[in-house]
Amino acid sequence: MSWWRSREAALAFIIAALIILVGVRAPVFLSAASLYDMMVDTSFLFMLVLAQMAIILTRGIDLSVASNLALSGMVSALFAAAYPDVPMVLVLLLAIAVGAGLGMVNGLLVANLNIPPIVVTLGTLAVYRGLIFVIAGGAWLTSDDMSPAFVAFPKLTLWGISILLWFAIGVAAAFHLFLNYSATGRSLYAIGGNPVAARFCGINLSRHLLLVYALAGAVSGLCGALWVSRYGIAYVDIANGYELTIIAACVIGGVSIAGGIGSVAGALLGALFLGVVVNALPVINISPFWQMAISGAVILTAVIVNARSEKKMGKLILPEARRAAAGGKS
Amino acid sequence: MSVLPPRYDVLDKEPFRWSDFLLRWEFILALLLVGVMVMGSVISPYFLDIWTLSDATFNFSEKAIIALPMALLILTREIDLSVAAIIALASLAMGLCAGFGFGPWPLAGIGLIVGLLCGIFNGVLVTSIGLPSIVVTIGTMSLFRGLAQVVLGDQAVTAYPVGFSTIGQGYLLKWPPVAYSFAMFLVLASVFAVVLHKTAVGRRLFAIGNNPTAAMFSGIAVDRIKLVLFSLTGLMAGLAAVVLTSRIGSTRSNIALGWELDIITMVILGGVSIAGGVGSIGGVVLAVFVLGLATLALSLINVPGIVISVLMGLLLIVSIALPILIRRVMGYRA
Repeated sequence: MSWWRSREAALAFIIAALIILVGVRAPVFLSAASLYDMMVDTSFLFMLVLAQMAIILTRGIDLSVASNLALSGMVSALFAAAYPDVPMVLVLLLAIAVGAGLGMVNGLLVANLNIPPIVVTLGTLAVYRGLIFVIAGGAWLTSDDMSPAFVAFPKLTLWGISILLWFAIGVAAAFHLFLNYSATGRSLYAIGGNPVAARFCGINLSRHLLLVYALAGAVSGLCGALWVSRYGIAYVDIANGYELTIIAACVIGGVSIAGGIGSVAGALLGALFLGVVVNALPVINISPFWQMAISGAVILTAVIVNARSEKKMGKLILPEARRAAAGGKS
Repeated sequence: MSVLPPRYDVLDKEPFRWSDFLLRWEFILALLLVGVMVMGSVISPYFLDIWTLSDATFNFSEKAIIALPMALLILTREIDLSVAAIIALASLAMGLCAGFGFGPWPLAGIGLIVGLLCGIFNGVLVTSIGLPSIVVTIGTMSLFRGLAQVVLGDQAVTAYPVGFSTIGQGYLLKWPPVAYSFAMFLVLASVFAVVLHKTAVGRRLFAIGNNPTAAMFSGIAVDRIKLVLFSLTGLMAGLAAVVLTSRIGSTRSNIALGWELDIITMVILGGVSIAGGVGSIGGVVLAVFVLGLATLALSLINVPGIVISVLMGLLLIVSIALPILIRRVMGYRA
């Protein structure tokens, strides 16, 4: 299959067309500054969509990512508020560690107790979200409570590009190498393609599952600290319901919910598509209330277009049998 | 006429084992329910009051009504995440029609029809195109609620006709006090239990859940049954929308936000396996009571709602993990 016929190329073409269409209505959208802002805005989604994809590849799902993000964000904000002199690197490492720990709880329940991932993460979604209230005592932390260094961090730039986007680029590069060039990464595809066959190939399922949930947790944790410092607020409801946006971006990007199919480029493009929609609506004077309906319609269109018509059902392959089935009783 | 040797060896019924009975899901849930009742009556003197209990039913009846068809969907390896969004769309339709001067009963009809249509939409996408239901219903969840948001924005509809509130707030029996919504749940639960456990249709659902392909080759119209289940789920979401809208007397675009997770929690705690083919309506009903009464008990001692949701999440995970651990310790696999 040549590259320009791939799903990724089609999606990239649609995104480009969308950006140009919006640009015709409102030329300001096509300015470099506007497109750059859009990319920075979408940084979180870029990182989270890759973490989610790694889990979906193994036939899993993580509904708790947004809660994990919010909880890790609150922990790092509290930590940065209590110890204003600690360097930001340590705060980020703490957030990553907290996130990875929470992800590992999911992983242990999924991998060692064989509880379905949707059940586990449905439970931890509520638990992690509620723990924010418990550890913060229901308080809101605003940028006034956080240390200046913590709040200033996301505004840093390197070679004129926001540190947030650099994080997204770094995470994307890491996932690209991990999923395509490491044995562990390839094993994730094998597990999703056929868990039983993967087991017989000598892949340790529970260790890989534990790793992938911990990895997704670590990414959520990193995003949590960055999210809280960027928006300057930490409270119970941050990123509430964001898990569904993340999963939607995966689906738009061609990641198969049945496992084993998905690419880094596709997932990133899926995230970019939602990023374009979110940022374009206000530019062309469409009420933000349209956003949800549009993304719903886009998700449905994407899955219908992507449908590999691989209905997991037996098929009648002999022509006589099919004719008999069509004509009722012989 | 000679007696032919049997074609199959029919095994003797397994001997009764206490450990099997004690690890049965419904038994664990019944224990939990008793535990919740005892805890509730110890921590608050108001818990066992008949009026308190009756008031508490208002808070879970609407969700419980949707949990019944959701159990059937999950039993057949499908899921519907769009139920709360269907409530929003059905409630919106009722709100708009109330503006045109519709009476209470036509309004209820509108809510049911919109719910049914949404369910059919889901079902057609899943069965005719063959898409995974979790993805389809994430999409329709955004679409349905998104449409409600487009029409309503940040506004609310509160102009409902006189008498409409009876459906959601009224009582069927004065003593013991039984609300209409709770009575609906009880009647529907009985119907669902009979259909699932005592009819051929019910057996077919278990067959589909255990192995859809084998079920299809056994002559079960798998797709048609699934379409009916999605439609039924939509219809029940419509009914819940009627009851909820009537109870709170207003429609906002964020009505019933996040309910899909509460409803799925009820079903899973009720012992319905997400892998399909296992579950009972009795278990779901018990789970509804466990969750509803635990929430009541905690609210009576002023535990904040968000902390209650932590405890409910823990309850879900622990109650599923514990039997697995116990089985493992006792040395046989689940």
